[in-house]
Amino acid sequence: MRTTIILKTASNYLLPVLLVFSVFILLRGHYLPGGGFVGGLIAAIAFILHAFANGLPNTKELLVIHPGFLIPVGLSISFLSGLAPVLFTDMPFMTGLWSHDPVAILGYVGSALFFDIGVYLVVVGVTLTIIFTISESA
Amino acid sequence: MLTAILTGFLFSIFLVFAGKLFKGKLSLLASFVPLSLFVYFSQFIIPVSNGEVILKSYEWIPSFGVDLGFKLDGLALLFTLLITGIGFLVFFYTSSYLKGHQYLDRFYGYLASFMAAMLGLVLSDNMITLFVFWELTSISSFFLIGFNNTNPASRASALTALGITGIGGLFLLAGALLLNNMTGTYAISEMLNMRESIIGNEYYFLAVLLIFGAAFTKSAQFPFHFWLPGAMKAPTPVSTYLHSATMVKAGVYLLMRFTPVLGGEDLWNISLIAVGGVTMLYSAVHTLFRTDLKGILAYSTISALGILVFLTGLGTQEAFLAAAVFIIVHALYKATLFLVTGIIDHQTHTRDVTKLAGLNKIMLPVGIAGILAAISSAGIPPTIGFLGKELTYEATLHSETLVIILIIAIVLTKILLLYAGFVAGIKPFTGKLPDEYANVRKPGFILWFPPVLLAFLGVIFGVAPFLIESSIIKPVVAAMGADISDIHLALWHGFNLVFIFSLITIATGIAIYFFIKPSAKLEARAARFDSISPETILRNFNKLFVDISYFWTGFFQNGYLRNYISIIILFLVVLVGYILIGNTNFVIDYHSFSKLTIYEIIITLILIGGIFYTVFTQSRLSAVVGMGVVGLAICLIFVIYSAPDLAMTQFSIDTLTVILFVLVLYKLPKYLKLSDYKTRIRDGILSAIFGTLITTLALEVLSEPVNKDISEFYAQNAYLEAHGKNVVNVILVDFRGADTLIEISVLSIAAVGVFGLMKLRLKMADRKRYQDK
Repeated sequence: MRTTIILKTASNYLLPVLLVFSVFILLRGHYLPGGGFVGGLIAAIAFILHAFANGLPNTKELLVIHPGFLIPVGLSISFLSGLAPVLFTDMPFMTGLWSHDPVAILGYVGSALFFDIGVYLVVVGVTLTIIFTISESA
Repeated sequence: MLTAILTGFLFSIFLVFAGKLFKGKLSLLASFVPLSLFVYFSQFIIPVSNGEVILKSYEWIPSFGVDLGFKLDGLALLFTLLITGIGFLVFFYTSSYLKGHQYLDRFYGYLASFMAAMLGLVLSDNMITLFVFWELTSISSFFLIGFNNTNPASRASALTALGITGIGGLFLLAGALLLNNMTGTYAISEMLNMRESIIGNEYYFLAVLLIFGAAFTKSAQFPFHFWLPGAMKAPTPVSTYLHSATMVKAGVYLLMRFTPVLGGEDLWNISLIAVGGVTMLYSAVHTLFRTDLKGILAYSTISALGILVFLTGLGTQEAFLAAAVFIIVHALYKATLFLVTGIIDHQTHTRDVTKLAGLNKIMLPVGIAGILAAISSAGIPPTIGFLGKELTYEATLHSETLVIILIIAIVLTKILLLYAGFVAGIKPFTGKLPDEYANVRKPGFILWFPPVLLAFLGVIFGVAPFLIESSIIKPVVAAMGADISDIHLALWHGFNLVFIFSLITIATGIAIYFFIKPSAKLEARAARFDSISPETILRNFNKLFVDISYFWTGFFQNGYLRNYISIIILFLVVLVGYILIGNTNFVIDYHSFSKLTIYEIIITLILIGGIFYTVFTQSRLSAVVGMGVVGLAICLIFVIYSAPDLAMTQFSIDTLTVILFVLVLYKLPKYLKLSDYKTRIRDGILSAIFGTLITTLALEVLSEPVNKDISEFYAQNAYLEAHGKNVVNVILVDFRGADTLIEISVLSIAAVGVFGLMKLRLKMADRKRYQDK
């Protein structure tokens, strides 16, 4: 695949910036537009951009693990965050648990945040798995 | 009691891990499971014969009224003793019959599960539990029939049996739900007290039909009988146990169980007499045309089941008594005959009755068992079979209607059954031993002991009927809701009309045995009628059903994505359009519109440009990019109308979609064939209509009064309850978090699906094989 040197160079800088941005979007989701789903999509797009510029093998090497592994991890985090109230307090599944005091930068931290992190990971995993698989097979 | 029922299941689970132990010499040990259960249930004989009913209930799903309720009364006791008693002998026999078989442990596992399910079935008082165990017997029967799973015929028979009995199970479930609706309970013991209201209910007819559907399929009544001869593909111990002594009697059991609840009405009685009568005669005639020992036994079993249904239908105390005795009679002699057949098959490797003769020179004990069983089956004194036959005739003679027809039917059936019994039990052992079997080895003790024991029991109970009279028989009749004070079993009833019929039966039967010899010619003659048999009709119906399914699937699932979309859209247009036409009441008020801004105009122009570009471009890639432009323009509109979350998500999704399309399309050739002019016009019109429809729908929604309760609730509670200010996100992760959890699971499944499909690179050979199918 022919790629311009500009895109190639830019993508190396864009990847970390976009990833940070995606985390930012994820974290602010509870108060302002954003959230795990969009954040996950942005992160996925960041990696795809990198793959376009540097070739899929390089991106895969960068990722170390196959993105598919993020799916079960994300699902477990989401599920456990829902399960936490059942285990720790005696409340029903998916009850929100919240910290008493705000944490620096993040504000109040609750089980919903972990749920969203799980969503984020699942979305990254799913998107990358689908796109990587298809582009390898095409 | 729950432990006793579950023992079989536990044993089969245990076999999964310890199967190897039971394959070798220890296999005999497996028979201790049914033996100990037999001992356990024997302790209930005394309390039950004193009129006690043992009830045990364990909570299961109390909110639905479903519990593990068990009831041990006379009827259940008779069956539990048969199940565990014959079970023991079958387990015992199998250890030699399938000695060294590769999957002997598996076989024991299936048998043990079946035994547990069957025990649960006859002990259940709760209809849902009954249904669960009922289905479990069908499933274990499926595995046992298909035990020789390398044989296609065996697999097909297993499937047929599962299909027929499985449908019956669904009838039972429907019947259970209906009865629950009528009575408010699933407990059969409670339904007993509500007989009047059930019979008076408008759905009584339907309830009876559903119970019939379950019973007739399970007990192989005409026209559902054909699965049973097929089930004879199973190893002989299975035929003995499931398809003659116990499982097939489950249907009869169900009818007996429900006689006090639903019975006593003409609908119940006449249907049972008719179905039972047709079944018993039809299959008794069939035995004349068989040469395979197991085939003969299968048809005579169906016929016996027909007699039981028939007797249940007669509905008198005498008939119930006859049925109770006949269950024991049949279990004893038929199990013996099956076991004997198994031994013959095991030693000589044939079951063709035309070839077998004189085997008593080799296997005398087996021969004695066979002959005794044949005599019991014929109803010749002093066996219990004689008793059963006399009682049956007496009950028929005292029938309220159609006495002459019924007595002719039953006598004919009995004559033919005598013939069948003689062919299966006597013919192989008399006459001259053919040379080819001269070197057949003598069967071992483990093989011949069970049939001999059963055959002798048949004689002992005949000579001394008091052994079972008050301990077993009377409680059964009582459980069916009849008076038991004047029951007295005796071998000799005096010289009366019944005895004359008996003499006629025996004389004619023996005459037929000597005149008609089973032959392949007769079998071929009967085969000519196969084309109008219920089995063929059902098979053709099945084939038709499959053909229609193929056509239907091929028509809609034709693999062209464009057709799918057209059909979906067309369907939606017709459905929604039908409701909308003439029912719209939105008003477009131009004055209420806000002023158009320059941004909106520009975005709309881009949008329209994108659409036209997509439609008229000559390459796939540019069409995709065009669609991307349309998507982004819509994103911008979302931004302007303050839906930032939506815009962000749509933006990312749109980007990804375009990337995905590009990836897929990149390698494809340019448009090879554009759809022709006509198709384009058609699709264009469809799209335009769909667009109009959606616009109308949107306008219509706007004009309807909006219920704002929900959105207000979310807006008010998002921060208070969930500490979030972004309502959309709070809904996603908190209020409707469970939905999201399921959605991400669905996403994951999609990813796994894509991965699987793409990575599964079928080799060319495999592909071809799949295409051929």
